[in-house]
Amino acid sequence: MAFSYNIRNHMDGLYAYSTLSRNLHVMKARKIDLWSTAGLLMLVVFTGCPGSTDTAGGRGTDAGSGKLTIRVDGSDTMVNLAQAWAEEYNKSHPDVSVQVSGGGSGVGIASLITGVTDIANSSRKMKDKEIQRATTNTGKEPQEFIVGKDALAVYVHANNPLDSIAIDQLAEIYGDGGQLTKWSQLDTQNSACSSDEITRVSRQNNSGTYHYFREAILGDARDFKLGSIDQSGSKDVVALVSKTPCAIGYSGMGYRTDNVKWLKIAARPGDTPVEPGVATARDGTYPIARPLLIYTLGEPTGATKDYIDWILSEEGQKIVVKMGYVPTGDLPAE
Amino acid sequence: MSQGKQKQRSVARLFHAALDQTEPLVELIIRLCGWSAIFFVFAIFFFVIREGAPMLFGGLDLREFFTSPNWRPDSVVRAQYGTLALLAGTASVTILAMLIAVPLGLGAAVYVSEFAGTRTKEALKVVIELLAAIPSVVWGFVGYMVLNPIIIWATGAPIGINVLNGGIILALMSVPIIVSVGEDALRAVPDTYREAATAMGASRWETVYRVLFPAARNGLLAAVLLGVGRAIGETMAVLMATGHAIQIPHSFLDPVRTMTATIAAELGETVPGDEHYGALFVIGIVLLMISFVVNLSADLVVKGIRGQTSD
Repeated sequence: MAFSYNIRNHMDGLYAYSTLSRNLHVMKARKIDLWSTAGLLMLVVFTGCPGSTDTAGGRGTDAGSGKLTIRVDGSDTMVNLAQAWAEEYNKSHPDVSVQVSGGGSGVGIASLITGVTDIANSSRKMKDKEIQRATTNTGKEPQEFIVGKDALAVYVHANNPLDSIAIDQLAEIYGDGGQLTKWSQLDTQNSACSSDEITRVSRQNNSGTYHYFREAILGDARDFKLGSIDQSGSKDVVALVSKTPCAIGYSGMGYRTDNVKWLKIAARPGDTPVEPGVATARDGTYPIARPLLIYTLGEPTGATKDYIDWILSEEGQKIVVKMGYVPTGDLPAE
Repeated sequence: MSQGKQKQRSVARLFHAALDQTEPLVELIIRLCGWSAIFFVFAIFFFVIREGAPMLFGGLDLREFFTSPNWRPDSVVRAQYGTLALLAGTASVTILAMLIAVPLGLGAAVYVSEFAGTRTKEALKVVIELLAAIPSVVWGFVGYMVLNPIIIWATGAPIGINVLNGGIILALMSVPIIVSVGEDALRAVPDTYREAATAMGASRWETVYRVLFPAARNGLLAAVLLGVGRAIGETMAVLMATGHAIQIPHSFLDPVRTMTATIAAELGETVPGDEHYGALFVIGIVLLMISFVVNLSADLVVKGIRGQTSD
């Protein structure tokens, strides 16, 4: 009975409704829900199966619409930028549809290694091990493109009186075995934080920001101290810091809100602290800025090549500026 | 109008005639649906164990896995796969959730089943079912955005996403299950029991405590265990509400990370076949074992009780 109803439910309008409703109300609402949910699930499973994995210049065409699809995965830092590129590109190239999803640089690189994405966004460089694995797995060597630059800001709550911090202090806060655990140790009276404890907000380890920050602050032979609050996105870090007077966190420059402030960073103790910004990131005076990267499997061809060429063109780089990042060429910032 | 109705009726008649013809087929399909549950359970067991086995039987240091609090799958020094902190995270949040949810849920079940008037009862049941329908990500969001500042303000803790937050959220998620299953169990106790208790001069509370609870023991236990199951398996809400920090908690105000949240957060970046991927699946095996043991012991306890009462 329930099964026959399920069929009817999904072919609405095909059968007489008056007879149906008589049968309907004898069934418990819960059961109907279950069946239609199961039906929907099956639909999703069957239609959601990946089709052809031919990567020759895009995902191939969507059946029916005849559109060329480019799949872009990866960096959460770059997801807003990638979305903006996709939208703008679609205006001039309505026949190409660019599908962007985030998840973190690690996720993008993992999809590149398994060959399910055309373009992987990454805010960190691919490790040698990953390049090797992608090459052996797909037979094509990953190609790297620098598409912009981003300054990583260190955020604290807006009521925190601290103004600047040095890299080695950050290392003692975030690094394994680090000794800085109280705000008072930084000679600051963080009165909004009654426990005086520094609450470290970090990113999950699928994040390129996490890897870049670790490398920039702790070098390549020291781990993060465990026990940090690991957030899944750039935005989440800022949102949490804005609600937590004791917190310190790192995230992309473009994610600043009114309830947080960023610290000036001194490369070495005694150096003049530098504020993050497009200009200081570009000229290298701000110490924690990193390139934003795009990876493809092998030399890009067809639609994917056109798309990357467009990203690197003046038109694409203007969007980099608009989204608050640093462009690659000589484009004027702001 | 009437012509249209007639047409509808004849279509319906045709449809039902066709349905009668296909009854054996429908029966077969329904039978397959029933058997598929067993198939899926075994398929899941097989899949999880297959993916975890290479890591479990080669390369994984089991002593470190169970005794080290250091979960560092992408360390630059040495990859470590210690799950003690994650186990402690899952245990602490689940225990706190049950400390809150069991009294609250059973109390609500008793009230709905024994004390509330018909109208209140109906209203409460609707609201409780609504509570059960809230998606877990919304619960997580409530913990993250609403409970977090409240906990900071009320306790002076440096951060409000912690064991307490996760425990409260999980408790609220488990309560609807405990209430509806518990209420069913209490209602299943024959009215003659209540009448007999009243005739013996028992007060309403004495009736509940001395007569209904023992009589509905099986069902109430099932209610609690279903609640525990929900709490252990929940992922999205605890990912957001517990703080996702790898440490063994020393108080209810420390952030923790659970096993489920670790799998959810990290599986996406791993490549099938590598160590990290295998280690996450070994966590999955451990989770399966835990729920298997919970369910099995529940079954045995319930059977034991049944055995006693039938004597």
